[in-house]
Amino acid sequence: MIGPMSDVGSGNAIVVSHLRVVRGGNAVLPDLSVAVATGSVTGLLGPSGSGKTTLMRAIVGVQNVAGGSVTVLGLPAGTRELRTRVAYVTQAPSVYGDLSVRENLAYFARVLGVAGAAIESAIDTVGLGGYERRIVGSLSGGERSRVSLATALLGQPDLLVLDEPTVGVDPVLRRDLWDTFHRIAAEGATLLVSSHVMDEAARCERLLLVREGRLLVDSTPDELRAMTGTNDLDGAFLRLIEAGGGP
Amino acid sequence: MSPRVTLATTLRVLRQLRRDPRTIVLLLVVPAVLVTLLHELFADRPLVFQQIGGPLLGLFPFISMFLVTSITMLRERTSGTLERLMTLPLAKLDLLVGYALAFGLFAAVQASLVCALGFGLLGLDSVRSPVAVVGLAISNALLGMALGLFVSAFARSEFQAVQFMPALIFPQILLCGLFVSRDQMAGWLRGISAVLPLTYSYDALARVTSPPALGVRFWTDLGITLGATLVALALGAATLRRRTG
Repeated sequence: MIGPMSDVGSGNAIVVSHLRVVRGGNAVLPDLSVAVATGSVTGLLGPSGSGKTTLMRAIVGVQNVAGGSVTVLGLPAGTRELRTRVAYVTQAPSVYGDLSVRENLAYFARVLGVAGAAIESAIDTVGLGGYERRIVGSLSGGERSRVSLATALLGQPDLLVLDEPTVGVDPVLRRDLWDTFHRIAAEGATLLVSSHVMDEAARCERLLLVREGRLLVDSTPDELRAMTGTNDLDGAFLRLIEAGGGP
Repeated sequence: MSPRVTLATTLRVLRQLRRDPRTIVLLLVVPAVLVTLLHELFADRPLVFQQIGGPLLGLFPFISMFLVTSITMLRERTSGTLERLMTLPLAKLDLLVGYALAFGLFAAVQASLVCALGFGLLGLDSVRSPVAVVGLAISNALLGMALGLFVSAFARSEFQAVQFMPALIFPQILLCGLFVSRDQMAGWLRGISAVLPLTYSYDALARVTSPPALGVRFWTDLGITLGATLVALALGAATLRRRTG
């Protein structure tokens, strides 16, 4: 039997092949192919408007695509069965501003069918202990995005797609969150995290650099430093973007 | 569809409503104030008050649930929560029925209060059981909700959503037969009113609050109201897309 678990062991959690996305007559992703290894933390980098969010949406299965294929955990992206196994956190926090932190998490936990204990542990993970009764609309931007992140952690998904999850998060908590990402990956889950903070890129096992809808680089941070001949990722990133093409 | 997810959605919607006490008070108090105004306006003509007031009691939930749903659904769409829900194991019916239960429940409270006032204090004659009026009010609330859900897909802002009320709701109230009986309307107006669902909701209410036997027409009215609700819900469900541009 070819079950979903057999794909998890087979190497790649995400396989994108010749993906084409057109929006308003404009090819946001003209022809993109990439694979993301199971159990890895992969960083998705690129200037704003480069197509990072569109690629993430296609992987989660909420994006209308014009061509190509996206396979997630061995199934076509957006398949019903993936709805409990893939979690997506959008850049803008998508939680209910008029509910408390706990009420938000309780609702999404009921939808996912997970036990209440998952709520406490998700709140702990994102550092919102003591905020359970606060109304989400009264929280700061960074706190709101952590509520959004917590809801994605509820169901212990096999794939986490996180669009800029650490915006507005202080350095200490950011470090803790990245430790959490690696711990989750060590347990076998795959994480695709978009970011524009280079010290975060250094913590990824693999980096995907996208520019104008095309994959510019698919390498490890060390390889990226070596190929651009610079020691800091900020410099490497700028050099590649300004060169306008692959090395 | 799963009862767990449906009921969780109902509970969540009711919790959101509870967080907005001012809206709750407005939804409950404004109909009562309007009926009282109408009572005073027709103080010398109790027959007119009976003719207009009775059916009107059952029409308030239609208007308020249209407004509440179109705004709430628009917020779900613009805040990204709808997109998140569409990535989760939640059937569209879970969302629709979840909303319908929450707003149906609220409509029952709203209609009960205004009926208690109208039939109790202001001397309206319910003719049959006031429960029949409350029941029709709930079915009107669901019709309003279904229409609100559908139009929320065409609004980009809450300002636009509010404008759908004079555009889609007022003509139905003007033409349903409440102000001018349908057989006194010009032919083309009667033609328009024949395709507007509120015409049938109103007719059912008018029949329930007047002495003649209900007859087949009443049940046809009820059937058309429920049918229009289902059609609007299906159209609304079609605007809930798992994949978007």
